[in-house]
Amino acid sequence: MSDCTCTDDKSPCFDAAALDGILVEHVMQPGSLMPVLQATQHAYGYLPEPALERIAEALGLPLAEIFGVATFYTHFHLSPPGRHIVQVCHGTACHVKGATEVTEAIVSELGVDVGKTSTDLSVTVESVSCVGCCALAPVVLIDETAHGGLDAKAARRLAKALHVKVAS
Amino acid sequence: MTTRETAAPLASHEPDGMLAGATTIRICTGSGCVMSGSLVVAERVESAIAEAGAGDRVRVVRTGCDGLCELGPLTVIDPRGTFYPKVTEHQVERIVDSILAGGAPVTELLYRDHTADAPIERYADLPFNRSQQHIVLRNCGVIDPEDIEHAIERGVYDGLRTALTSMSPDRVIAQIQASGLRGRGGAGFSTGLKWRFTRDAAGDGSGQKYVICNADEGDPGAFMDRGIAEGDPHSVLEGLAIAAYAVGATHGFVYVRSEYPLAVKRFRMAIAAATKHGFLGDDVFGSGFCFNAEVREGAGAFVCGEETALIASIEGRRGTPRTRPPFPAQSGLWGRPTCINNVETLANVPWIITHGADEYTAMGSGTSRGTKVFALTGKVRHSGLVEVPFGLSVRELVETIGGGTPDGSPAKAVQFGGPSGGCLPESLFDTPIEYETLAAVGAIVGSGGVVVVDGHTCMVDLARFFLSFTQKESCGKCVPCRIGTKRMLEIVTRICEGDGAPGDLDTLEQLARDVGALSLCGLGQTAPNPVLTSLRYFRHEYEEHILEHKCRAGACKRLSTFRIVSHRCIGCGVCKKYCPTDAISGTPKLPHLIDQALCIKCGACQQRCPSDAIERS
Repeated sequence: MSDCTCTDDKSPCFDAAALDGILVEHVMQPGSLMPVLQATQHAYGYLPEPALERIAEALGLPLAEIFGVATFYTHFHLSPPGRHIVQVCHGTACHVKGATEVTEAIVSELGVDVGKTSTDLSVTVESVSCVGCCALAPVVLIDETAHGGLDAKAARRLAKALHVKVAS
Repeated sequence: MTTRETAAPLASHEPDGMLAGATTIRICTGSGCVMSGSLVVAERVESAIAEAGAGDRVRVVRTGCDGLCELGPLTVIDPRGTFYPKVTEHQVERIVDSILAGGAPVTELLYRDHTADAPIERYADLPFNRSQQHIVLRNCGVIDPEDIEHAIERGVYDGLRTALTSMSPDRVIAQIQASGLRGRGGAGFSTGLKWRFTRDAAGDGSGQKYVICNADEGDPGAFMDRGIAEGDPHSVLEGLAIAAYAVGATHGFVYVRSEYPLAVKRFRMAIAAATKHGFLGDDVFGSGFCFNAEVREGAGAFVCGEETALIASIEGRRGTPRTRPPFPAQSGLWGRPTCINNVETLANVPWIITHGADEYTAMGSGTSRGTKVFALTGKVRHSGLVEVPFGLSVRELVETIGGGTPDGSPAKAVQFGGPSGGCLPESLFDTPIEYETLAAVGAIVGSGGVVVVDGHTCMVDLARFFLSFTQKESCGKCVPCRIGTKRMLEIVTRICEGDGAPGDLDTLEQLARDVGALSLCGLGQTAPNPVLTSLRYFRHEYEEHILEHKCRAGACKRLSTFRIVSHRCIGCGVCKKYCPTDAISGTPKLPHLIDQALCIKCGACQQRCPSDAIERS
């Protein structure tokens, strides 16, 4: 995998330098696959296919197994996420305090469905099960900043503000 | 650390040792308060103290979770314990001025309870705090969790020293067994027995054993372990090291859910600092005991809270559970005997070692000894983290500590134990909180999530919510869970949407029993609990949905009616524009109308109405 094999001029070549550093750090560690995938995603923002191939080679694991692990855990992404991440909490406390309405407002305002990324890669909307600050329910995280005590209207304002930020 | 300081209600909040003497401003930097803006407040306070040149007489401590997340950012001034709720950066100057002047607190910024006319000055005097007893949370909200010196001053690692220098592993296990400590992760298995099994396990001949701290707290609506991990990581590590000594392990893992980045960071810092101080590593306290620990992060799979799935995840595989036996105590991580304990369980351990089993068993009732930390949330006035002795009634928890519902209406039920637990109707609120008593009425102590619901919550919708969670989180390995939860969810969804049939409840009940009996792991075995308990106590709500197409809580959208309140309608026409079925008609500047025959109850109009003129009933 050291030679670039990409034929599409539009997509940049995969730069393996960061991944090689990660592999050197973890290759001797027992049960290294999860830490390697986590560090790779941290470095690249997602798990690029060439990275998975290189990891398979370095760890001596079948690519299918790595793909199986990467798709099992919801935090691993096989495609690049948006520049802004909107996470709507759906914990119990958020649910009883109206997370469903908050989600609907955000989805309709941004025009991006839950689990999807906008076509211009500006925003990803995710549903998360519990971010653990239930006392502030319902909660939405935008780029890891929490906004608590929302209702549908406040959520819509929040999404609008993000829309403006993205467009500018 | 004396008994009085730790066992008396909230007395542990009176700092001693290094933290005493000078005036101390404690600012909570647990996740809840951080999200309410406590970091900005902490910076302002620190710079105000520095500017005044008062750093030598006023200390500022950024603590972990202090409990009452609802009123964050929490700021408490010791030694008096003066409490300021919801502090904003603009209030900092006045508060700091009053501290520097050494005079009376700023009265108008003090907390006012809904029941009392006068403000309540001391944090410990809040109704939220009065019935609490802090064993596990003894250092949370008191120390700076990122500074090991604070932990040492509070006596953390004294338990490990006692165990290593004056107790045999067998005596440690005997002590934990005598304390009656049971796993706080949900299953409630005897911790001492678990340790005994791991110690006695023959293993694979390599002699290698492992201990794991399970910090993969995944129940939606639960944040006990997060509060402990962020507020007092050293006590958890100390408990893990004692467990390692007891079972004969030399290596440990702390498996933290990746949604808790602050807990991950604080565990990593704590391990590094403890290793540097010689509390972890080779030859701890000159006893010859060697123990190293490392943090492993989860990646967003609820099922990894199940111990065999957690082990698979650490090994770098898909986090799917396997059949037991063999239990991890016999064959766990990489086939070696492995002891897995929850964060809260481990935080109890050092206290039991330093104070003795008798003092621990003095708290609690029945076979449930000691205390339990609960995350109290939902329709309750005071949400937050609470620690109470077993035996307290549900009513005391909800009404005295939680302050009842925000609008004073009666609570309808509480959900114990999240998606694995069950609901308890108001008529059973006098049930004491114990493992056996709660199990007898269909609920569980569980990991400690307690969600209060009122008349605006539909019990069928709540059951649907939990099922959709477990169905989504089902790993798919065994058929009863993978397909059973899906079929159950379909039935409950149908009922919520008004399409239920009279035979549905029998099918649902039968399916629930089958899924519970046949699933491979705890996730599937407990997934039907919310359905079974709500069928037991709120069957009439299911029947109303099916037979009368009525949702008394008004939560099921498809069964509710949207109406425009004419005196509030300004006739702007926004609702008309967004209605996907052209069900709204009206002339500009005059009240509009919804044609109920065309309305599909999507709620788009209500969300957009600028004058709140659209009501759902």
